[in-house]
Amino acid sequence: MSAPAVSVRNLGKKYLLSHQPREQYTALRDVLSDGVASFARRLCRPFAKDERADSVEEFWALQDVSFEIKQGERVGIIGRNGAGKSTLLKILSRITEPSTGSIRIRGKVASLLEVGTGFHPELTGRENIYLNGAILGMRREEIRRKFDEIVQFAEIEKFLDTPVKRYSSGMYVRLAFAVAAHLEPEILVVDEVLAVGDAQFQNKCLGKMEEVGREGRTVLFVSHNMGAIHKLCDRAIWLESGQLLESSDTDTVVQKYLSSAFPGQSTRQFPVRSDKAAQVLQVRLLNGEHQESTEFGLGEEPCVEVRYLLNRELTGIHVACIVTTVQGVHAFSTADTDTNAQLFEARPAGEYVSWVRLPMKDFNSGIYHVAIGIGIPGVQILDRQEALSFTVHDTGGFGTLKEGARRAGLLVFEVPWHLREKT
Amino acid sequence: MAIEESLQPELLLIEPDAPALHYWRDLWRYRELLWFLVWRDVLVRYKQTAIGVLWSLLRPLLAMIAFTLVFGLFAKMPSGEAPYPLLVFAAMLPWNFFANALSESSGALIGNANLLTKVYFPRMIIPLSSVIASLLDFAISLAVMAVIMLWYGVFPTWRVLALPLFLLLACVAATGAGLWFSALNVKYRDFRYVVPFLLQFGLYVSPVGFASAVVPEKWRLFYALNPMVGVIDGFRWALLGLKVEVFWPGIILSTFLSLLLLAGGLRFFRGTEKTMADVI
Repeated sequence: MSAPAVSVRNLGKKYLLSHQPREQYTALRDVLSDGVASFARRLCRPFAKDERADSVEEFWALQDVSFEIKQGERVGIIGRNGAGKSTLLKILSRITEPSTGSIRIRGKVASLLEVGTGFHPELTGRENIYLNGAILGMRREEIRRKFDEIVQFAEIEKFLDTPVKRYSSGMYVRLAFAVAAHLEPEILVVDEVLAVGDAQFQNKCLGKMEEVGREGRTVLFVSHNMGAIHKLCDRAIWLESGQLLESSDTDTVVQKYLSSAFPGQSTRQFPVRSDKAAQVLQVRLLNGEHQESTEFGLGEEPCVEVRYLLNRELTGIHVACIVTTVQGVHAFSTADTDTNAQLFEARPAGEYVSWVRLPMKDFNSGIYHVAIGIGIPGVQILDRQEALSFTVHDTGGFGTLKEGARRAGLLVFEVPWHLREKT
Repeated sequence: MAIEESLQPELLLIEPDAPALHYWRDLWRYRELLWFLVWRDVLVRYKQTAIGVLWSLLRPLLAMIAFTLVFGLFAKMPSGEAPYPLLVFAAMLPWNFFANALSESSGALIGNANLLTKVYFPRMIIPLSSVIASLLDFAISLAVMAVIMLWYGVFPTWRVLALPLFLLLACVAATGAGLWFSALNVKYRDFRYVVPFLLQFGLYVSPVGFASAVVPEKWRLFYALNPMVGVIDGFRWALLGLKVEVFWPGIILSTFLSLLLLAGGLRFFRGTEKTMADVI
């Protein structure tokens, strides 16, 4: 047995949170005036305690996380927003230093926390391939060798010498992913880059990632897309409030994560954050009588009510509701712009409430999971929350087979059969 | 090479306060990225400004005319035996390079924030690439200088061989100050208002528009506390031949201070680098 590719030991990352109402960034002006003020205070009352010291609080984004990843293993990292997934990836990619613990990595690492990092709008596609490749750690020789392949994968042959600022967002994303996809690391660290691009391209990306996995490389993959995690990973790690909650095979972890996430909760609130352009504030599940509920009968259609906040005027956004099964299969998604394209026009800042009746008449019994996303389709996700789970119960009617067993399948239909002849 | 790598997988250890040696090794490993960033800066610069090259020709020429008129013609300051415009332009060369390199590198980290938060590389590459990219403008100005020298019939002597040394000194000073300022800019967002002021101020206290010989003898050493004094004196000495006198103790002091600035800049930059991605 070879040594583990990645071995994480007692990893911790501490941030200092200031409770003072401060501007977003430290200003030299404030530091100087604060310094003068506290000096003056000290002169007047030399033995008084400095109250300012109390206003800084430690926050552990990660605490005492340990795990090992074997060579060639594909591991998914799941957890809610703020659970420490991004911090873990940032430490693994060496963007920020850990506060405690250590990580040992055996082999060449490439991390993709974003596609198209360092793309410059003024430069042409050709120039950006070289620049982006170098930023991701490829050698010039390597880029030259793979250049044609990258261009072909991105399907941009005709626009190679056009500045990327004239590219459509789809072309931009394709080019960016194409460069990243041609990295040849032994260990690949990927963060939700698949969340961009149209469905067809996303499939292409997933395919490419599977290929990377099959070649025996080690992959670490963070995603909200349980289906993708299912498809790609052998093992999953579940982080919660900076700590490792569960590390086991994908099926077990994903099921536990989805079902235990919000038991019996029919409404969820999310704290207001001023750093987001748009955010989900509250999600409620309602039944036919407009009462909150998480239990529905077969054939019933649950209603999802979303309260969301736009911190500034936004154009081209949609609010989407994504329904997945407890196994992580993406059942369907629907967006408020689907039947009303006018909503793509500018939406002024403010609070909105919309609701949608989920067309689940034909869905089989089981636990379903609702996620709400606000974003510009195919370009950017502004906010995404794993909101609620609900259960569709078999009411003893059509969904149950004669023997009392659950009918197999995601959907249930009453389909008439015809007897042609009996011999 | 590839076989070697696969036989001996590199071991990477990530822990708090990684040893400095790894950092310098990484800086060497990422040298190709440094050149790519220089190349990007140069490309973007000349693509964005329609009159890109023309602009880098005009700016020092106009400044030269202004200084010649004000200090040479109106104030009648001495220029040794050299023609006044030459005296000014020989100083504009290193000063403009220094000012460009410094203002570009001090804003470079903020300007590349998206890189800093998404990819690892030794952060020092960013201000370094800005300094190197500014050398292109310097090269263009140097060509202009050659034309003006021809025009005045001043030919360089063997001393021109020392020019690269003085350019290196300017690079050291610019890199040192650039490291300080770029890191300070990340730490304190309003520091960027200080940089243009310092550069403006520097232009007046450096001997760009006049010969440093006009500074009284007893103040000369004090004057050389400004690292650019040594660089400018050196440039005039190397380019304009015997016609300009130099104050060697001043140059030695300037060199020493530039090196000190660089050493301090490296230290300070390394200190702030750890938290850069968290605060930017």
